Amino acid sequence: MAEYLLSVHHDYDTEFPSLEEMQPVFEAVDRFNQKVRDAGAWVFAGGLTPVQQATTVDNTGDAPIVSDGPYAESKEYLGGFWVIQAADLDEALQWAKEGSAACRGKVEVRPFQGE
Amino acid sequence: MSGDVERIFRDEFGRVVASLTRRFGDLDVAEEAAGEALLAALERWPVDGVPPNPGGWLTTTAVRRAIDRIRREQQRDAKHQAALMIHDDTPHEPTGAVDDDRLRLLFTCCHPALAPEARVALTLRLLGGLTVAEIAAAFLVPETTMAQRITRAKAKIKGAHIPYRVPSAADLADRLAAVLTVVYLVFNEGYLASAGDAPIRAELTDEAIRLGRVLRTLLPDEAEIAGLLALMLLIDARRPSRVAGGELVPLPEQDRGGWDRALIAEGHALVRECLDRARRTGRPPGRYQLLAAVNAVHTDAPTWADTDWSQIAALYDQLAAVDPGPVVALNRAVAVAELDGPAVGLAAVDRLGLTAYHAWHATRADLLRRLGRSGEARAAYDAAIAATDNPAERAFLARRRGQLAG
Repeated sequence: MAEYLLSVHHDYDTEFPSLEEMQPVFEAVDRFNQKVRDAGAWVFAGGLTPVQQATTVDNTGDAPIVSDGPYAESKEYLGGFWVIQAADLDEALQWAKEGSAACRGKVEVRPFQGE
Repeated sequence: MSGDVERIFRDEFGRVVASLTRRFGDLDVAEEAAGEALLAALERWPVDGVPPNPGGWLTTTAVRRAIDRIRREQQRDAKHQAALMIHDDTPHEPTGAVDDDRLRLLFTCCHPALAPEARVALTLRLLGGLTVAEIAAAFLVPETTMAQRITRAKAKIKGAHIPYRVPSAADLADRLAAVLTVVYLVFNEGYLASAGDAPIRAELTDEAIRLGRVLRTLLPDEAEIAGLLALMLLIDARRPSRVAGGELVPLPEQDRGGWDRALIAEGHALVRECLDRARRTGRPPGRYQLLAAVNAVHTDAPTWADTDWSQIAALYDQLAAVDPGPVVALNRAVAVAELDGPAVGLAAVDRLGLTAYHAWHATRADLLRRLGRSGEARAAYDAAIAATDNPAERAFLARRRGQLAG
């Protein structure tokens, strides 16, 4: 079994849709999450608040520097993710297809480094 | 002698790599051991003679080399111990599980999670046994670039756990389409090299046909495989007449007596098989089967003028339903020009506006020439020449431009 990060990216400039509009998406994601759990593939998942609430810490120099915003300027930022277990990439890609349809966003699949 | 070794090796390389990949679970181990087995064959065979089962000899030798390597590395890396434990002495079989391995390897090399150019390179390297230098030369990129492309793809196969198996029935059609795309791309790059000094790269067309034959043996019931193989055979049959004096000879002017009749017969038999199957199953023929049928009509005609153009136009209509791209429409317009005259054909071509595509300019140029519109034809030849780097095609277009009146 390998672990994969399934991440969903949001456009920086696009406003969050209204809760009303998002309701069917939330429900579809809930159903998908339950399916992942039932299959025993679930490790962890979560949605993130908008990137405007991010804070970056850099302690690679003499003293830590704390600054407002993401670490790199980008048009897109991480909006949420799943960590799943799968036998191989094909299985992970199948979960990603279902996840992408449920959350209505592109899903990036990346394997975690082996032990 | 070394030519013999090379031919046998090229035929057997994919089998050796595929079987070692299954046994050791590692593409790099399999590839290196197969390479070492070739070196051993080049040393031994000229002295001892070619063994009765050269494929078995290569596999056995490669397995020994791989085990030696793993033993050496074992002190550093205990993980390979497991691989060593599953080693067995099953003799090499020309059919059965070993061939399934080759199919697994092909699906792994053509996995949609790999970049298309990496799929082509990996397939030629691991199944075709071409060296990195040969692949780099065929695609006109520096060897270091090609080496990096292949290394990255193999690292992704390992790191992302791209499986080593034939896809499930539900995914087979999609995944097979990706495999066929790779094979056809290799063939096309060989048949009309997009750049470089050689107009035809036989090492690529031959390799694509070889892979087509392997696929056909492994999956004999897949109609699109038969279609693609027929298509490649029927195009390749025309190779002897396709270039003369360094110049591309277009189909209407080719010496049909120079066509390879054996390849044509084989291609026609496959097309008939596809038609029978489509009739029997009620499943409409796919893209490759239709393209093969078009080429069967061409190779059936004694001359360009005697070609059954209404049949060709009808096949392109069917093709447009499966593959509604502008290139199909362009080819249909060529058939229409033969059926209804160059003016009708030109109107259809102009509607497509494929200004970046050399064949669009070349088709326009030819139709304008036939309509006596020399000035416009000249401009179209100029545009076609500017849009291709193939030397034989440029030579042909330049000669045609030179023949225009005024």
